[in-house]
Amino acid sequence: MPEPSTLLTGWGRTAPSAARVTTPTTLAQVDAAFEKVGPRGVVARGLGRSYGDAAQNAGGDVLDCTQLAGLCSLDHATATVRAEGGASLDQLLRVLVPEGFFVPVTPGTRFVTVGGALAADIHGKNHHVEGSFANHVDRFTLRTPTGALEVTPASDAELFWGTAGALGLTGVVTEATFRLVPIETSRMLVDTERIDDLDTLMTTMVESDQRYRYSVAWIDCLASGSSLGRSVLTRGDHAPLDALPARLREHPRAFAPTARLTAPAWVPNGLLNRLTIRAFNEFWFRRAPRHRLGHLESIPSFFHPLDGVRDWNRLYGPRGFVQYQYAVPDAATITVRQTLERLSGAGCPSFLAVLKRFGPGNPGPLSFPIAGWTLALDIPAAMPGLSRLLDELDRLVVEAGGRVYLAKDSRLAPELVPQMYPDLDRLCALRERVDPSHVMQSDLARRLALR
Amino acid sequence: MEDGLGSVQRVLVLGATSDIAAATLHRLVRERTRSIVLASRDPDRLEQLTHDLREAGATEVERVRFDAVDYTSHEHLVERVWAAGDIDLVLVTFGVLGDQAAAERDPVRAVEIAGVNYLGAVSVISAVAERLRDQGHGVIVGLSSVAGERVRRSNFLYGSSKAGFDTFLQGLGESLAGTGVRVLVVRPGYVHTKMTAGLTPAALAVTPDVVAEAIVRGVAEGRDLIWVPPALRWVMVVLRHLPKPVFRKLPI
Repeated sequence: MPEPSTLLTGWGRTAPSAARVTTPTTLAQVDAAFEKVGPRGVVARGLGRSYGDAAQNAGGDVLDCTQLAGLCSLDHATATVRAEGGASLDQLLRVLVPEGFFVPVTPGTRFVTVGGALAADIHGKNHHVEGSFANHVDRFTLRTPTGALEVTPASDAELFWGTAGALGLTGVVTEATFRLVPIETSRMLVDTERIDDLDTLMTTMVESDQRYRYSVAWIDCLASGSSLGRSVLTRGDHAPLDALPARLREHPRAFAPTARLTAPAWVPNGLLNRLTIRAFNEFWFRRAPRHRLGHLESIPSFFHPLDGVRDWNRLYGPRGFVQYQYAVPDAATITVRQTLERLSGAGCPSFLAVLKRFGPGNPGPLSFPIAGWTLALDIPAAMPGLSRLLDELDRLVVEAGGRVYLAKDSRLAPELVPQMYPDLDRLCALRERVDPSHVMQSDLARRLALR
Repeated sequence: MEDGLGSVQRVLVLGATSDIAAATLHRLVRERTRSIVLASRDPDRLEQLTHDLREAGATEVERVRFDAVDYTSHEHLVERVWAAGDIDLVLVTFGVLGDQAAAERDPVRAVEIAGVNYLGAVSVISAVAERLRDQGHGVIVGLSSVAGERVRRSNFLYGSSKAGFDTFLQGLGESLAGTGVRVLVVRPGYVHTKMTAGLTPAALAVTPDVVAEAIVRGVAEGRDLIWVPPALRWVMVVLRHLPKPVFRKLPI
């Protein structure tokens, strides 16, 4: 067997490990990979946007699925699309938007694959009203070490929901059919508010988020005292045709985003430090309008602002960064306050944190969202004392009945996983059924002792 | 597995009776380390350490017999250790100071020092590196010494064995580039330990805990060479270039 020769990391660029990477171009090659798999197993990888080690498999095999990327069919009547697992949302949106459709869920980047979207059961700014990605999936094809299966919620609910959020540990998603959102234009109609403190922010979101399809707040984590939680709340929906000015109506669904900037190939550790981030956060807050209604924005600027800077993850320097995201129930508003206090108290140099309301979760045992609040933040891995700070936050989250998002995790203590995901044993049972010889493996599975 | 912030979960220590090893393990257990394999020529002396590490939160502490000069046994030892799972960090802390004066007059005793510190290390680390390369991740931390940087009249047998050890590890680190496996060479100066008890402490002497802290930080930062304390690096730059007649007269 050839040596594991490709170093892989997640988007956060921490904890590299070496794997044998193969890039199947046919489904038969995926099945063949299961047959010749070595003792350290295999996991699928898409565009590598998981922050941690979910799509790494040290000493084993990794299937780069980005060449299984066909758009199989678009059904205008039922507003559904069938695409291969390696197809990216970027690629799909370039076809779908001009046809008058939008993906049901998009994260902060278009550069995720359909298979990855299901494996992480991704959520977006519309979770509070429309749920996560798996909620919009009609069926998918899962290639497991024991064979290929067509899965629908009716045919095998356990496998369908078990795969949602299981980070590739049930098999390789090679195709999925999911429902789309009809749109009239490629513009967003956005309301923006600048909010001075956390209580006002949370009250505003509880009271009026339901009126918007998309809602998210950016919080300045370095603000403290009476400014704790100062933030910019942006909410909106797809703009109807009649909201467009005449000059845009000729091509109302034009969509051809490009990256304008590229991060330099090498950046020293510590470029993003407390001072530079404080300055950026200040700028971001001041730049936002105090209150502006019905502003038109493009899809990339509303959903995917960071996609405009290629390889922005390099800005954190060679040691990389971690993204910490948790979800807590509605009642745990105090947890959000406590976390922000600790972060601000520790002078944690985090770019704008993201606060959002989640609607109800789905039955997936490892699906992340639960009704309540979610907070996400990027932190340089080189920050002194970060490990202990995040361990303390984990404790607050567990006490509140919440959980950390595993698709972004790179440092959780394994013993906390069963507390955060109480249905974890259902996933274990499922894996015993579809993968009794434990072929599906990843660094994350080893690190968190997911058996 | 190593995590995103450089913490490790399962650790193998070769030379577990070392004070620096004990101090390092206590620091690691405060982070994510839960499973530890303690290898030593004399595992019976590890009872207290085993107990302390369990108290501190380690869930599995295993003791195995390891004889640095029984070269043919190393492959088997490594196989046994890895049978229970991956090792994220291998801490190489075994070594003997030896009796320089006696060894200078007795070739057998001179070779003993080299046999443990250099040949034993080359043998067992080679076996370990093979496993780490196969698993695609891991860190080897080797305890070298400034005594190998510029050898002194008073302990050149020890110093020369550490010089060999140090260059072997550096070369190994180069050969492992791109495999997911890293090597960290640690060069402490005088450390107050069992091994140095009775000797006159040199300048910039440190405690085992200072070395332990530097090791844990060096692993997290992905370093390949550290000096403890860091100032020793500059001291050695000077000492290395001193003319012999001057060096000889120094009270070191």
